Amino acid sequence: MKGLSVSKAVTALMLAGLVLLPLYSQLSGNIFILTLFTRIIILALAAASLNLIMGFGGMMSFGHAAYLGIGGYAVGMLAQEGVGSGFIQFPVALAASAIYALVIGALSLRTRGVYFIMITLAFAQMAYYVASGLARYGGDDGLTIYNRSDFSGLINLGNRVQFYYLCLACLFGVIFLIWRIVNSRFGLVVQGLRSNEQRMQAIGFPAKRYQLVCFVISGTMCGLAGALLANNTDFVSPAVMYWTRSGDLMVMVILGGMGTLFGPVMGAVVFLLLEEFLSQITEYWALIMGPLLLLIVLFGRGGIMGVLGRAGRG
Amino acid sequence: MLLVVEQFLNGLQFGLLLFLLAAGLTLVFGIMDLVNLAHGSLYMMGAYFAATFAAWTGSFLAGALMALGATLVLGIVLEVSALRHLYGRDHLDHVLATFGLILFFNEAVRLIWGPAGLALPLPAWLTVPVPILPGIHYPAYRLAIIAVALLVALLLYLGVMRTRIGMLIRAGASNREMIGALGINIKLLYTLVFGLGAALAGLAGLMQAPILTVQIGMGENILILAFVIIVIGGIGSIRGAFLAAIFVGMIDTLGRAFLPNLLRQVLSGAAASTAAPALSSMLIYLLMAIVLVVRPEGLFPANRR
Amino acid sequence: MAEPLLRVEKLVRRFGGIIATDNVSLDVASGELHAIIGPNGAGKTTLISQLTGHLAPHSGSVSLAGRDITYLPAYRRCALGLARSFQITSLLLDFTAADNVALAAQAHAGTSFRFFANARKEKGLRDAAHAALDRVGLLHRADVVVSRLSHGERRQIELAVALASKPKLLLLDEPMAGLGVTESQRMVQLLQELRKEVSIVLVEHDMPAVFALADRITVLVYGRVIASGDPAAIRANEDVKRAYLGDQHVVTHHG
Repeated sequence: MKGLSVSKAVTALMLAGLVLLPLYSQLSGNIFILTLFTRIIILALAAASLNLIMGFGGMMSFGHAAYLGIGGYAVGMLAQEGVGSGFIQFPVALAASAIYALVIGALSLRTRGVYFIMITLAFAQMAYYVASGLARYGGDDGLTIYNRSDFSGLINLGNRVQFYYLCLACLFGVIFLIWRIVNSRFGLVVQGLRSNEQRMQAIGFPAKRYQLVCFVISGTMCGLAGALLANNTDFVSPAVMYWTRSGDLMVMVILGGMGTLFGPVMGAVVFLLLEEFLSQITEYWALIMGPLLLLIVLFGRGGIMGVLGRAGRG
Repeated sequence: MLLVVEQFLNGLQFGLLLFLLAAGLTLVFGIMDLVNLAHGSLYMMGAYFAATFAAWTGSFLAGALMALGATLVLGIVLEVSALRHLYGRDHLDHVLATFGLILFFNEAVRLIWGPAGLALPLPAWLTVPVPILPGIHYPAYRLAIIAVALLVALLLYLGVMRTRIGMLIRAGASNREMIGALGINIKLLYTLVFGLGAALAGLAGLMQAPILTVQIGMGENILILAFVIIVIGGIGSIRGAFLAAIFVGMIDTLGRAFLPNLLRQVLSGAAASTAAPALSSMLIYLLMAIVLVVRPEGLFPANRR
Repeated sequence: MAEPLLRVEKLVRRFGGIIATDNVSLDVASGELHAIIGPNGAGKTTLISQLTGHLAPHSGSVSLAGRDITYLPAYRRCALGLARSFQITSLLLDFTAADNVALAAQAHAGTSFRFFANARKEKGLRDAAHAALDRVGLLHRADVVVSRLSHGERRQIELAVALASKPKLLLLDEPMAGLGVTESQRMVQLLQELRKEVSIVLVEHDMPAVFALADRITVLVYGRVIASGDPAAIRANEDVKRAYLGDQHVVTHHG
């Protein structure tokens, strides 16, 4: 019980910090921290969506960054073509991500295990190359978005604080949804399939259907992160889909704690702050980050949430 | 005609290079059940080693041989120091840990060799065009790659099919417990297999180096191609890897060479030139998708008897 | 005689050159407890896998209550009232006992494409799970995670899971495997109770249990049915005695 409360306390502290951050930024005049945390929250949203299939569903997707790109390109391409309304851009971003997830999921779920990892990776790389080939939309160099999504006065994405809270609301909304899904009939089936697929088939569940639906939900959520990310950077390029970004998302999920609700958020915060911190110390920050990952894998079972739980019980 | 033959040979050469990479990957996975993303880093290291050693010694061949030895040693060191501890762990742990290794290698290379790429110049005798058919010439170096890769493939085949250690490797690939039961020093066998895989990746990297620039991240895109090959060929199957690699090399090369022209005959010029680059880079992934629909376990799965 | 609940006709399954299921035919009547026995390697598990849909036969047919199910996937058979237990305990180890059983009930109670309401608070499912756990005498362990339960308890939960889907026919693949003497006795008692409610196909090595429970016994040797009949007839059968030379004392000793 005590272990639970330690991780709960840390989670609550972190969430309170995220909510109050704009206040701190205003008071201290530190604008950079707001920009940094907007990015962290968006990527936390992406990591949370990945956690739905990876942590709860047991589907090890190594191509999740593709949705960041698809969501982003939906916004960017529509903006380029003169459609600036967020009421069109965001639904299109979500729908495009869902369709991509449906096709890729239907193909990838024909296999399992390592194959699944490789195939999702390969398809994401395909998306990367396709984006690089879109000469009309900047090709390799990417696409600048001159106007952020327009929600006709409802919310102004150009305002840093408003945009920050929009992202935070999206993150909380998605986590709330995941929480409901995980405890729903559907969620129990998906988690049962992670645990023992043969058993689930034997008691009467067609496995693939549930996994595919879960895959699509997760992809759609990540598409939202993509649309936000494009607005945050005013730019979208194939680089957001590069496979190392998919790897980053996996790291965030595992670092924070797979299959926990707030683990991915914790993982994203720690991972991105660490990256920021190390890159300020040395230009060669990855030299430290790489072996650190290796050590986390070797010794840090269950991620931060797992460690907090053990520390509490310890 | 000339172009077709040339592109055909280019495809063959690329496919064989891919095979060298995929063979090591599939061996390591088949035997140690280890997913090694850092395999592409070994490919990159092979290229960097070759460029450096060739510059030191002033001889391309000496540089290449030393680089081969260096990647072998690097692979062994990597296995003993880090990857050995990952055997028997979750595949996800492998992915994450070797992902960390990639970050490390890329950064280490940047630190040692700098962010700019290196060039590995060829000696004059390898740059001459060789007449292969009446009126058709092909660069000697690319022919040499084809020859070396075919030779290695043959040695690998003979080694795996005819020797005692190859017997162990095959036994291990189909049934891991069995080599334990045979009373073999598994640790040593694993280290050797990993070293072999590393050397194969290094060989692919150093041979590719004179054709492309030697640069950071060069191993990553080609690693993903190697994954596609393994998916198409079937995990753990060297024969599958060989055929799939040639196939992928051909499709990719020929697609990039001829697809734009083909499209131009169907679509308008502007549409064709927009669609062609995206489409030709999609080709092999479409191929993979088709294989997945028809034969999810790959074309030549290892455990099929 | 009415249409049998389960009818297996001329089932053949080969593995390479080996015929694991050789022209097997058998009927299970409604309300019957039908045991399948045979020495190791007789092809019992192969046969069961074809009945449950985990393995496709090369020829022959399987029908349940008159409906051909030979090529239906496992989950569809389950929906038609065919439940199974696994030889090697196969539960969701990181779920509680109640969750394991409730999922089986859920599979047969409306769609599972419900994304919002908390399934653990669905009274119908919980009640069904608790009833099934009570049936096997494990209600007091309902909220314990399966990985912390003993082997014997897991075997009982296997049964509860199968029961929760309200099956017409229960396929039990060696439910006594690995159980101690007292646990085995409890399992036999439990099966005595259950047979009143549901038809059962029992694959089992424990001969005393089989002869105590079965209405009819089918003996499988090298994939072929060498005898089929009531326990007395099987005990007297010369072919069976020969096939079971090692186990003969068990067959004759009991009863």
